[in-house]
Amino acid sequence: MLTPPVSSLTRLEYRAVTMRFVDRHGSGLTAVRDVSFSVRDGEVVSLIGPSGCGKSTLLNIGSGLTAPSEGVALVDGSPVAGPNAQVAFMLQKDLLLPWRTVTENVMFGIEIQRVPPVERKERARTLLEKFSLAEFSSHYPHQLSGGMRQRVALARTLAIDPHVLLLDEPFSAVDAQTRIVLQRDLARTLAEAQKTALLITHDLLEAVTLSDRVLVMSRRPGSIVDEIAIDMGQRDSPLARRADRKVNDYVARLMDRLDIAHASLDHEEAGGTE
Amino acid sequence: MKKSASLSPVRKGVAASAGLLVVFLAAWQWGPGLLGVPTFIVPPLSMVAREFVYAWQFDHLLLHTGVTIAEVLAGFALGSLLGSFVGYLLGMSPTAELALSPYILALQIAPKVAFAPLFILWMGFTVYPKILVAVLIVFFPVMVNVLTALRTIDPDLINLARSFKATRAQIFWKVEFPTSMPPMFAGLRIGATLAVVGVVVGELVGGNVGLGYLLTFGEGQADTPLVFVSIVMLTLVGAIAYLGVILVEHRVLHYLPERHVDGNI
Ligand SMILES: Nc1ncnc2c1ncn2[C@@H]1O[C@H](COP(=O)(O)OP(=O)(O)OP(=O)(O)O)[C@@H](O)[C@H]1O
Ligand SMILES: [Mg+2]
Repeated sequence: MLTPPVSSLTRLEYRAVTMRFVDRHGSGLTAVRDVSFSVRDGEVVSLIGPSGCGKSTLLNIGSGLTAPSEGVALVDGSPVAGPNAQVAFMLQKDLLLPWRTVTENVMFGIEIQRVPPVERKERARTLLEKFSLAEFSSHYPHQLSGGMRQRVALARTLAIDPHVLLLDEPFSAVDAQTRIVLQRDLARTLAEAQKTALLITHDLLEAVTLSDRVLVMSRRPGSIVDEIAIDMGQRDSPLARRADRKVNDYVARLMDRLDIAHASLDHEEAGGTE
Repeated sequence: MKKSASLSPVRKGVAASAGLLVVFLAAWQWGPGLLGVPTFIVPPLSMVAREFVYAWQFDHLLLHTGVTIAEVLAGFALGSLLGSFVGYLLGMSPTAELALSPYILALQIAPKVAFAPLFILWMGFTVYPKILVAVLIVFFPVMVNVLTALRTIDPDLINLARSFKATRAQIFWKVEFPTSMPPMFAGLRIGATLAVVGVVVGELVGGNVGLGYLLTFGEGQADTPLVFVSIVMLTLVGAIAYLGVILVEHRVLHYLPERHVDGNI
């Protein structure tokens, strides 16, 4: 299969973004320093890096939940000044509301955005069918498995029909087999709908099989130290990519760039206290 | 197979409960006599039952019970409304919480029933001081639970709503309010039993109607069976209030997984 064309239009851009936090004792902590990169329309870019290097921070800045100390994030060319309807995020936690049925959870975002009820139901129905969750539409979250819950969360993210998806380790809490299925569903959906996505992951294989490009971040203060284009095609089919031997080369390269072989657990210490 | 296995512990429990009740009632009926306890100390069951019929016919037992129920209902309703309202208010305004928390803590520590005589001085031998004690006593568990629920809500959940461009009101009604429901009901359950305590103390301190009054009346007459009747009726009122809350709770929180009373999940 063909990898969908990636246009030259820039959907998401970080321009010289620096983020400093002030902790309780008043001392500063620079989480990310001078990060610049851009993601084109329809492109899927993965962001990898050691724990605490500021990946989630970048995601929060992109979604407009936090403002950077310096620099600017842009979506469709305009600076992000707050949450906006073009961007949707999904986390490791499914964040499903226990009092809402599956359908109602999928409709959560479009309900807030005041999409008319008829259209809401229609969109939820279509998405649930696509993710083979139709028969669970009136179940409550506690009646679902972890993988199903995460799929509902993905449907909720897609329901608002965003241009850009920000995914923060979306599948790291599910088991390995479920993860492969979810990766397949995500890759297919992103390709079909030609969505732009920034995917944070600790799973190098996931980064390689799902993306067009992988950005490697340094330890804190995080900055982009490398960019590796994945020239394998078949971005809509992670399973096909898994079978490709080139995958191992890419993973090895990423490991090398992350210096995993030599890294001790001292990044835990550098990662600061939670 | 599986069903009967999970049902039998419940059945066993119910059977044991019923058995215990029979034993208790029998002990009440014949125990005092066997142990030589005089009937004016512990009147046997049959005597209390007779007293119940008598009180119903000649002591306006129904009226006293009705008044107590009305006061409990009023105190519980007002107290929980006020408690949840203040809980939401403080939960949404950290400034207000900081400013008010020392006073709220002081009020929480103060024994609420001690206010009963004061309220009677203020409002006389009416139903209002009783209701007010109940309001005060119900207020805290509800307020504290609502406040804690809002404090401990997952910030990512709020961020999710914010990322969809939710307004403050939408965040409240679609996330915060429903999230606070289970802890709020826990508070209401405590409140339901405490409301009875508040009302009874109010009635004990002053007035001439209500089960609390009947208690002191019985005491003054050295009418031990009447005291027993009053206690039983008060327990009944408390139990009904508690069950009422549980019933509503099951309706509202129907989406929560079944609680396994039988312990084998
Ligand atoms: N609100 C905050 N206040 C203070 N420090 C923060 C805040 N948010 C993040 N940090 C700090 O910034 C650094 C980067 O955090 P971030 O969550 O972005 O890392 P991450 O790359 O996502 O890590 P992980 O891979 O473990 O998820 C960490 O050291 C963290 O402690
Ligand atoms: Mg993170």
